[in-house]
Amino acid sequence: MRVLVHEDHSTPLAVVNIMYDVGSRDEQAGQTGFAHLFEHLMFGGSIHIPDYDEPLQRAGGENNAYTTNDITNYYCTLPAENIETAFWLESDRMLSLAFSKKSLDVQRKVVCEEFKEHYINKPYGDIWHKMRELAYKVHPYQWMTIGKELSHVENAKIQDVKDFFFKHYRPSNAILVVAGKVKTEEIKQLAEKWFGTIEKGEKYVRNLPIEPVQNEARLLEITADVPLDAFLKTWHIAGRMDKGYYVADLITDILSGGGSSRLYQKLVKEKQLFSAIDCYHFGTVEPGLLAIEGKLVKGVKMEDAENAVNEEIEQLKTELITNNELQKVKNKTESVIAFEDMSVMNRANSLAFYELLGDAALINTELEKYNAISAEDIRNCSREIFDPKNSNTIHYFSKQ
Amino acid sequence: MINRKKTPTILDAVDFNLQLKPCNHFTLDNAVPVYAIDAGAEEVLMLEFVFYAGNWQEEKNIVAATTNFMLKNGTKNKTAFAINDHFEFYGAYLTRSCYNETATLTLHTLAKHLPVLLPVIAEILTESVFPENELAIYKQNQKQKLEVNLKKCDFVANRLIDEYIFGFHHPYGKYTSIADYDQLQKEELDQFYNTYYRQGKCILFVAGKLPADIQEQLNHFFGVLPFNTASIAEKNYSLNPAAEKKYAILNDEKGVQGAIRLARPFPNRHHPDFAKVQVLNNIFGGFFGSRLMSNIREDKGYTYGIHSYIQNHIHETAWMVSTEAGRDVCAATIAETYKEMENLRTGIIEEDELHLVRNYMIGSLLGDLDGPFQIIARWKSYILNGLSEDYFYKSIETFKTVSAEELQELAKKYLNPEEFYELLVI
Repeated sequence: MRVLVHEDHSTPLAVVNIMYDVGSRDEQAGQTGFAHLFEHLMFGGSIHIPDYDEPLQRAGGENNAYTTNDITNYYCTLPAENIETAFWLESDRMLSLAFSKKSLDVQRKVVCEEFKEHYINKPYGDIWHKMRELAYKVHPYQWMTIGKELSHVENAKIQDVKDFFFKHYRPSNAILVVAGKVKTEEIKQLAEKWFGTIEKGEKYVRNLPIEPVQNEARLLEITADVPLDAFLKTWHIAGRMDKGYYVADLITDILSGGGSSRLYQKLVKEKQLFSAIDCYHFGTVEPGLLAIEGKLVKGVKMEDAENAVNEEIEQLKTELITNNELQKVKNKTESVIAFEDMSVMNRANSLAFYELLGDAALINTELEKYNAISAEDIRNCSREIFDPKNSNTIHYFSKQ
Repeated sequence: MINRKKTPTILDAVDFNLQLKPCNHFTLDNAVPVYAIDAGAEEVLMLEFVFYAGNWQEEKNIVAATTNFMLKNGTKNKTAFAINDHFEFYGAYLTRSCYNETATLTLHTLAKHLPVLLPVIAEILTESVFPENELAIYKQNQKQKLEVNLKKCDFVANRLIDEYIFGFHHPYGKYTSIADYDQLQKEELDQFYNTYYRQGKCILFVAGKLPADIQEQLNHFFGVLPFNTASIAEKNYSLNPAAEKKYAILNDEKGVQGAIRLARPFPNRHHPDFAKVQVLNNIFGGFFGSRLMSNIREDKGYTYGIHSYIQNHIHETAWMVSTEAGRDVCAATIAETYKEMENLRTGIIEEDELHLVRNYMIGSLLGDLDGPFQIIARWKSYILNGLSEDYFYKSIETFKTVSAEELQELAKKYLNPEEFYELLVI
């Protein structure tokens, strides 16, 4: 197991962050939502400790976890004096869970309620389920971390839980980052003491199908009981380690990074075709999607709205952006990084993620990568991304 | 072999000697008070202008919120685009928020850009013009947003429960309709702006790694402005709570979940019960290990989350339980919540549970004080609520010492189902 220590003696806290190299991309198509359900089960008691939260709270600590398409991350912060409590808890649940039937029964229900709260009982809640299925034909990014459907979560069996655990939750598949008011020597000893004896396990080798290059535009039309027409369009972009990723990231800022961004200024303020519009991506490890999503002003035709989006895209493909606008999105990036780095918890999380990508030191070179991007890079990359054949579009119509 | 069943020795958080980093205080030439926290390693800072320009001051619905929102939508010499472009070019965030008593304009920026950003903030605070076309776009888009939100059971429930407790004509109880947007007039914004911003009562909070000349910079741009010159009559509102206590509303026939809100009136932070009830609230539903979470989520799986909290109001407030639960288990969720109230009224909290909650509260307070923005947020809360520094130390003392018997008495006093409004929105 890889262990990283980031000392920061300006805080009274310690952060213990464990990132497991497993996400919803590692699930089977008939059993989606499992990585996330599993994250819940990690709090349902481990082999020697019936309850994870209680001793941590007693030590003055707080914790949480999240699952993405790529990874599962667990983190806790606690007064630095009590850091050993976190080692004790985290190592025991890496050693083995209790695999309690009760915990599985309850967490299945909890996750189903989470599914309903966020994706069923909300207007437009299903739009990203549909979009992922449209944009990915073979790659497991075609489902969301919550899962494709409720039944997958409802049908999870205790044996599935055990298999998943021993396949993915081994030291060889984990990265531990300890940050805050700690000393590296002490962390070495604690890590050896608590984690050193856990079987390292067989390293899970990921062998996922590669999404073939898309060569025809795809369109899906939906009509649902929602108040307004909505528009969502995505294009495939480069993976996290490619230069193209950084360029795509800046493109999202040019298009919708704030009140002076192009889509907002042109389509919401000047043309008043959309009441809200946004451009974003998910920062996935493997080739992901860049999305433009908006709600149409009532009475505006879908076709007119889409044409206006296309005009903005066409401009990126044909005209070089000015130095001023390029500098603006780079300045924003510098600022975002500085604000993120204020929190020791964010730093611990980032270090784990960069280590998972291959090298924790990547954290120090991010800004340089953005600063090296030229106006030509933006134009060239826009031409690659915004090829109509690379696009997936949802027209989401209001029934009213 | 290590003994994995044995908890490592912990230092009790209740033994920590928590300190609130002192806040620097100075005034500008026009007597505007400034509170400053100089801390942190990154070259970033936050500057917040707090105006007494909240819902409390408006004569007509959403004038305060709209004035606040449109501060960035045009001055005599700058368009909305030019204002946004200026801040965004420097990677800075200028955000605004409207609350019940106050409304804010907040800058987050790298400290090095301060000199080019402050003059534009001064311009916004003296020369905003609220252009008609900007107002028209705002109305259109806000109305559409409202239409979407009204489809959500949690949004509808949050509006209604406040109305039941405070009454629709109280700033804490009112909410917005499509007609309110239609009736908004530019002149109302101009007037509200002039009284409550341009000449209004203003307090500044600044935190981060501050430049050495921060006081001079602030004084140069803001010490000359006409703040505090309007004569503002104090407004008072009477509560008008609903007579009926129980409500069930069908907002979406096909809804698969219900939004549940249970709430009762509660006094503000100056009341002697307030700090003690924070401990009781934590045990009841205030954190992940609370009784409501343990029972209704972790034992029964009725919901993704259930929480209780005291609403963050300056005047009178409310104690609230809030959750979204499966449609078929809403009634059971409400029944279990009342059962947990009963348990707190009839049983004594075990020392073990109480000790855990004390440690948790002190430990999370330690986390809440980590970093300049967190520290200034606490000072701001004390200042706006009219509390002094010793409130911090007294509260901690209360968290450490309040007894199980006192908590039971408080449960008997406040956690009576018949005093709660009960609302279910599907």
